[in-house]
Amino acid sequence: MIEVDRLTKNYGSLLAVDNISFQVNKGEILGFLGPNGAGKSTTMKMLSCFIHPTGGTARIGGKDILTDSISVRKILGYLPESAPSYKNMTVLEFLEFIAQTRGFSGQEKSDRVERIIDLTTLESARYQTIDTLSKGFRQRVGFAQALIHDPPVLILDEPTDGLDPNQKQEVRALIQRMAEEKAIILSTHILEEMEAVCTRAIIINQGKIVADGAPQTLLTHSRVFNAVTLKLPHRLEDATTQSLLKLENVNDVKTVAPSQTGEDYVVQVFPNKKQDILGQVKDLLNSNNIEISEIYREKGYMDEVFRHLTLGG
Amino acid sequence: MAQITTLIKRELMSYFYSPVAYVFIKIFLLSTVGTPFFLGNFLNTKQASREIFFLFHPWLYLFLIPAIGMGLWAEERNTGTIELLFTLPISMIQAVVSKFLAGWIFIGIALLLTFPIILTVNYLGEPDNGVIFASYLGSFLMAGAYLVITCVTSALTRNQVISFILSVIVCFIMVLLGWGIFANIMNKMFPVWLTDIISTASFSTHFNSISRGIIDSRDLIFFLSIIGGGLIINALILETKKGS
Repeated sequence: MIEVDRLTKNYGSLLAVDNISFQVNKGEILGFLGPNGAGKSTTMKMLSCFIHPTGGTARIGGKDILTDSISVRKILGYLPESAPSYKNMTVLEFLEFIAQTRGFSGQEKSDRVERIIDLTTLESARYQTIDTLSKGFRQRVGFAQALIHDPPVLILDEPTDGLDPNQKQEVRALIQRMAEEKAIILSTHILEEMEAVCTRAIIINQGKIVADGAPQTLLTHSRVFNAVTLKLPHRLEDATTQSLLKLENVNDVKTVAPSQTGEDYVVQVFPNKKQDILGQVKDLLNSNNIEISEIYREKGYMDEVFRHLTLGG
Repeated sequence: MAQITTLIKRELMSYFYSPVAYVFIKIFLLSTVGTPFFLGNFLNTKQASREIFFLFHPWLYLFLIPAIGMGLWAEERNTGTIELLFTLPISMIQAVVSKFLAGWIFIGIALLLTFPIILTVNYLGEPDNGVIFASYLGSFLMAGAYLVITCVTSALTRNQVISFILSVIVCFIMVLLGWGIFANIMNKMFPVWLTDIISTASFSTHFNSISRGIIDSRDLIFFLSIIGGGLIINALILETKKGS
């Protein structure tokens, strides 16, 4: 549905987006991540035909953003960052205005507006002017305008920004419900959100793609991926540490710290080449009769992967 | 076309939603009707004539029309709604034309509301209503030319105050070019043919010509081409500046 082909944008000497290419298929929810100023919004603005790329192009639903921008805009739902809207209009008037500019009139216009008010739970705010609404409601109005024509492609720039945890959950559920029929790109700062919602993530840094894959795949980049964490009521004896280190696939054993409760000792056992060593470690501890209060395999931390990829640390 | 109508409707509604429309119309009426009485000595001229009424329009528009148009694009850029507008399936020309037309229609409404003064001169005497119609047409066309300049300055900046000041300056120059005193100064500096060319670019020259009652195609073409050219410049500026 979305094919991005060597897209580039520079502002004077500043290279905001540097020759990026990727594809998004129907049914995918692509999370776009990166530090502030990495080029996320710039990429989204180019895909939504708001700004022209300096180089490269993209095709959305087979239409080129440069040569057929009106057709692209017809099949695209776009939620700009911080959801701008005409603040002196009521929610109903604003959504009717959007529906009309998208070519709907009469009964169909009213039906679409009603459906979208229902879908985004805006019923209680229907007759309120937008400038009297809370940020959460405004965000939902922005979401509603992007969905009114039921577009096959959705581009959402920070869709859950400014929402409370319940509203965030609602919006995420809504995005997931729609995902089957659509190709969706969303940008976010919230890593848990990406893990919870997206089927795939692209991390972008200084205008370049530094990682592209399913969230689980990205987690394998984590330093602690597949490490085994042990919580012990007593200090691990040196002899045991030595025998752990002698296990075939074990690379390192680190005493992290006594845990915050002050009762447990926490030890992490790191595998060679991120292999699964949980079974081996368990067997060894069992055969040595070492008392453990907790043992688990680490899944990796997205924030650590993010830092590693964007700061190079 | 349906989209242009939708856009014009939204723009007009936004005037009437805020106090701007009402304040503007009141000030417009007070100043257009007030100036002939207080500055033009309307009652002492003992003439049932529209001349004094229209005499002040170029000067009043100098402030009133930038006030109406200064926010047209500056506001969209400032609040970020420009990003919403230009990701809807509408072309740049549709957007630019409908903004302009909405402002022009609004000024038209204000201008029409000055009708009591025409009723008054008709009650007091027998003015030439054909000339009055021509004067209204000229005034409306001139307002369009002022407005298109304001649209351009409004597209240049996010700041409405800067937009206002820039358009007042440009419009002031466009009026001044045809003013007698200015022409005299220019005559001393430039050859007469050059002064003539410069003064034909003036709003007031063409306005005065139409409001004498002679609707000359040259005057119509002048205002319409100013408007057309201005809209093209407006579109070009937005194309390059909308994303910044």
